[in-house]
Amino acid sequence: MTTTLTKPPADAVPEPPKRSRGMKAARAGGQLHAGPVAYVILALFTVISLFPLVWTAIAASRDNQRLAQTPPPFWFGSGLFDKLEVAWTDANLGEAFLNTTLVAGISSFTIVFLSTIAGFAFAKLRFKGRGAAMLVVIGTMMVPPQLSIIPLYMMVAKLDWTDQLQAVIFPSLVSAFGVFFMRQYLIQALPDEIIEAARVDGASSWRVVWHVVFPTARPAMAVLGMLMFVQTWNDFLWPFLVLTQTGNPTVQVAVAGLGRGYTPDQSLIMAGALLGTLPLLIVFAIFGKQIVGGIMQGAVKG
Amino acid sequence: MATRHDTAAPPVKEGGAAPGRPPAGADTERAMKKRARLSRRWQRDMRWSPYAFVSPFFLLFLAFGLFPLLYTGWASLHQVELTAPTDMSWVGLRNYTRIFDDDFFWNAAKNTLTIGIISTVPQLLMAMGLAHILNYKLRGSTFYRVVMLAPYATSIAAASLVFVLLFGRDYGMINWALNAVGIDHVDWQNGKWPSQIAVSSIIVWRWTGYNALIYLAAMQAIPQDLYESAALDGASRWRQFLHVTLPSLRPTILFTVVVSTIGASQVFGEPLLFDANKGASGGSQHQFQTLGLYLYEQGWINQHLGRASAIAWTMFLILIVIGVVNYVISRRLRASS
Repeated sequence: MTTTLTKPPADAVPEPPKRSRGMKAARAGGQLHAGPVAYVILALFTVISLFPLVWTAIAASRDNQRLAQTPPPFWFGSGLFDKLEVAWTDANLGEAFLNTTLVAGISSFTIVFLSTIAGFAFAKLRFKGRGAAMLVVIGTMMVPPQLSIIPLYMMVAKLDWTDQLQAVIFPSLVSAFGVFFMRQYLIQALPDEIIEAARVDGASSWRVVWHVVFPTARPAMAVLGMLMFVQTWNDFLWPFLVLTQTGNPTVQVAVAGLGRGYTPDQSLIMAGALLGTLPLLIVFAIFGKQIVGGIMQGAVKG
Repeated sequence: MATRHDTAAPPVKEGGAAPGRPPAGADTERAMKKRARLSRRWQRDMRWSPYAFVSPFFLLFLAFGLFPLLYTGWASLHQVELTAPTDMSWVGLRNYTRIFDDDFFWNAAKNTLTIGIISTVPQLLMAMGLAHILNYKLRGSTFYRVVMLAPYATSIAAASLVFVLLFGRDYGMINWALNAVGIDHVDWQNGKWPSQIAVSSIIVWRWTGYNALIYLAAMQAIPQDLYESAALDGASRWRQFLHVTLPSLRPTILFTVVVSTIGASQVFGEPLLFDANKGASGGSQHQFQTLGLYLYEQGWINQHLGRASAIAWTMFLILIVIGVVNYVISRRLRASS
C-alpha cells in the first residue's frame, strides 16, 4: 500500500538540510520500520511470556526429587505423559474437563446469542429508554463481581444447587461487555440501508435478526464466543465458592485443589496446571489472530 | 407463513368494521384493510421488538447482577451467618464499625493498595512500551501479538501454582538466577515485600500483553498525518510520542487504569494460591492478604456473611471514590492541555 508513496516527485521535495528519521517516515507516508532494539525487546517478552508455560511442562516431566534440587531443571525429563495420565485419572481432571466444557460452552453460546440481539437493538433500533439502558450496561462493567457473590451464594444455597453445575452456569449467562462489544461492532458493520431494505421487503424484526444481523455479525460473534469461552474456562472465584473439589469441580477448582496438602506432589500439580491451560493454548494457536483482532476491535472507541 | 394466509383469507363481516368509511369498491377496501392490518402489525413489531431483544439480557441481569448488588448492601446491615443464611437480624452499621476497628481489615486494605500499585503501574507502562514497538512495521507482528496473549489464556490457578514453584525459596528458579548474579536467597513467601512483589508479578505476567493490545489498537487509530505534520515541524520520535501519541491515547489510558484498578481491588486467586496451605489468611503473617481474601475469610471461613457483605460494599465505595478521583484528574488534564 505504500508503493505509490515511496517515491515522491523529485521537484516536490527540495533537499532539506537536516533530516530526522521521523521526517523520512513522514515522506514515505507509512510507519517506521522497527530497529534491532525493538526486536531484542520483543524477543525478551516472547521468552517471558512463554517461559512459565514451557517450564510447567518441564516440571511436570520431572520427578519431585529432581524438582527439589538446584539448579532447577531446564529441559524435559521422560515422565511427562505418565504424570499427565495420573492427573487426568487420579486427580479426576477428566471429569473436571467435561464439567468445564459444559459450563463454558453453554455460557459462551448464550452470551453470544443474547449479546447479539441486545447489541443489535442498542445499535440500530430506536426505543424509549435506550440511552439509559445502555448507560446501565456500561455501568455494570465497572461493578466488581465480589459485590454480588454473597447473595448469589445465598440463592444457590437456598436452591440446593451447591456443588451443581447450574450454580456456575446461571450467573455467567449475561455479559455487559458482550452487549457493548456487539453494539460497537454492529454500529459500524451493519449499514442502516440493509435493514431498511429488508423492512421494505416486509421482513419482521426477527427475520431481520436472522437473515441480516446474524450473518453480518458472524465474525464478531465468533470472537466474542472465544473470549467468553476463555473467560468462563478460567473463572476461579465463583466456581471455587460453590463447587468443592469432591463434588463437581471445574478444571480450575480441581487444579487449585492439587496445591493443597503439606507435602504436595509438585510435578503432579504442574501436570494439572498444564492440562488446565492446554486446551486454551491450542485454541490460541489456531485462532490467535482472530482473538487478537477481536480484543483490539473491542478496545477502540471504548 | 401462517399469518399470510390470515390476511389473504376472505374477511368476515367486512362492512361492520369500518362504518364511517365512504362506500368504495370491495377490492380497494379489502386492500386497505390488509394494509392497515399489516401496518398495525408492523408498528407493533417496530415498537416492541427492541424490548424483546434487550429483555432477556436485562432479566438475567436483574436476577444475577442488580439484585445481588443491592441485596449485598441490605445484608451488610444485618447479622447473617453462613450456616443459616436466611436468618437475618438487623444490626445497623455495626458490621461496618466492626471491620473498621479490625486491624486485619486495614492490613488487607493496605496490601490491596500496594499490590495494586506494584502490579498495575509496571503492567501499564510496559504495555505502553510494547504497544509502541508493535506499532512499528515489524516482521511477524501477528506472532508477537499472539504470543503476548498466551499468559492471558492461562488461568489464575495454573499461573499461580507455576509461579509458586518459580518463586520457591530453596530450589526456585528465580532464587537460583538471583544467586547466579550474586544476590542472596529471598524468602518470597514470607517476606512482606517479596511476597507482594511475587503475587504482583503473576498479575503483571498475565495482563501486560492484553493491555499492550488495547494500547496498540488505540495507537493505530491515530491519524498518520498528525505524525507527518509533527515530523515536518522537526519533532523527534520521542517528542512525537509525547505530543501526539500520548494525548491521543488519553481516553484509552483512562480506560485501562479504571479496568486495572477494578481488577486490582478484587485480587483473590493469586494470593489464595500463593500459599495454598495458609489459604485465606494470605501468608503466615497476613502479609499478602488482600481485601478479596479477607472477604472470603470473613464470609466462608469465619462464616459471617453480614460482615463479608460490609467488606464488599466498602470495596465498592472505595472504587467509586477512586473513579471520581480519576475523573477529576482527567478533566484537569484536559483543561490544562
